[in-house]
Amino acid sequence: MDTAESQKDSFIQRLQEWDAQAVAEVIEFRGETTVVVPREHLRRAAEFLVNDRALQFTFLSDITAVDKFPIEPRFELNYHLLSLEYRKRIRLKVRIPGDDPQVQSVTPIWPAANWHEREAFDLMGIRFEGHPDLTRILMPDDWEGYPLRKDYPVEGYR
Amino acid sequence: MATIETPAGASQTMVLNMGPQHPSTHGVLRIVLELDGEIVISARPHIGYLHTGIEKNCENKTYSQAITLTDRLDYLAPLSNNLCYCLAVERLIGLEIPKRAQYIRVLLTELTRVASHLVWLGTHAIDLGAMTVFLYCFREREEIMRIFELVSGQRMMTSYFRIGGLALEPPPGWLERIARFMDTFPSHVDEYETLLTQNRIWLARTKGVGVLSREDAIALGVSGPTLRGSGVAYDVRKMFPYSSYEEFDFNVPVETAGDCYARYLVRVAEIRESIKIILQAMKIVPAAGPIRTEAPGIVPPSREEMKTSIEGLIYHFKIFTEGFAPPPGEVYQCIESPRGELGFFVASDGSAKPYRVKVRAPSFVNLQAVSKLVEGRLIADVVACIGTTDIVLGEVDR
Repeated sequence: MDTAESQKDSFIQRLQEWDAQAVAEVIEFRGETTVVVPREHLRRAAEFLVNDRALQFTFLSDITAVDKFPIEPRFELNYHLLSLEYRKRIRLKVRIPGDDPQVQSVTPIWPAANWHEREAFDLMGIRFEGHPDLTRILMPDDWEGYPLRKDYPVEGYR
Repeated sequence: MATIETPAGASQTMVLNMGPQHPSTHGVLRIVLELDGEIVISARPHIGYLHTGIEKNCENKTYSQAITLTDRLDYLAPLSNNLCYCLAVERLIGLEIPKRAQYIRVLLTELTRVASHLVWLGTHAIDLGAMTVFLYCFREREEIMRIFELVSGQRMMTSYFRIGGLALEPPPGWLERIARFMDTFPSHVDEYETLLTQNRIWLARTKGVGVLSREDAIALGVSGPTLRGSGVAYDVRKMFPYSSYEEFDFNVPVETAGDCYARYLVRVAEIRESIKIILQAMKIVPAAGPIRTEAPGIVPPSREEMKTSIEGLIYHFKIFTEGFAPPPGEVYQCIESPRGELGFFVASDGSAKPYRVKVRAPSFVNLQAVSKLVEGRLIADVVACIGTTDIVLGEVDR
């Protein structure tokens, strides 16, 4: 357990040494590490996490969008990353204001993000700058509104 | 009349719509294919025909009620979904599960894996024209369904794993029933292999077809047997053991060719590894002992206690009317489902209903790779490539 703890710290340290401004906050909960990254640093931080020899987070598991309505910043994006090399998981968290829900796409870095970002766009209405094909994926193309937002009624609008 | 001009030397392409009602798309998947003669130029999957808003629904149910929704995601492996969701909520609360319940969970999810791989093998084979394997596979799967019915009361939508343990005590004789099935089952796997592994038609239809390189597989986030067929030994059971998997002795089959045949070999080898795990679990699962952890207010008391003690009655009433409230926080729990890394992200705001439930469905991610597999290949290979990624549209669309 001690080695796992020290390794965890070294991962965060590595990120902080690279750019202290890219790490806004580190949250530990139930053995999971979450790194909060300011919106403007997301793309750079992602590139660093993939390319750095001591990290190699090459596998993007999932992107989860959470709506905190009515709390601001309203949206949270959680990027679940896995380093196959070091058997390590990390969660990147980006907070996005409700009046300007957009963030840079990470699809050029992890092609797996393509559909995850389309899903977040489709169901939460978050726009991803630089996404190759940002269209609805689960809902019909002419659907109005974003069903997973908290102010969207469960039964839909009638 | 307008004339359509074709540039000299350029070929014309045709757009072909495949699905959503197509027998080999395994549900309601629609793929728009752009063809040049018989060669696929591009393939674009259109999904969402089965979207039922399960994630939204989970936000409006209590933590326990949401379990029934998870059955309906991957309907070929309902117990894997139950397990992943329960583990996520248990970790959110910080519950320890009794060993007996953990072993039973392992035993049943491995049976689920076998059943799911059998459906995959049977349908994949029938897609490629081998009818016999289909009938054989469904014969054995039927016996597993009967075992599930015996244990949980349901063939498919089991909801057998609950937060804190299991729904009910397995009935007497359940282990003997599984043992009887296990006596003959390994020889049936040999039977499938004699029909396919060296079959020249099978080899021609799968070898070298739909090649996914190691780099592409990782970049596209592919997981499960599809990833291991491309030479990456990533199995959640080994890398991040859950539910006491670290106590079991099994191998992770890996092939490096990355084609349909490699994925076939991986899945058949996985059936054999699952048999190994099931046999070990049957040996070590205690005959008696608690199947649920003691956590008043979170885990329902036994029927006996509810009928005889006032605390039991109060807790029972509160759990089933109000539910329970885990501490605020969020967890991401993943397990190795038959299709790959199944993950549940569960966020709590301290109320009795999950604030957000997100399902990282392995089929959803693996389906992204299908375009990569089919581009540049013959249209006849499309069916093989869809079959080999083993998608279940229930969890793709959620």
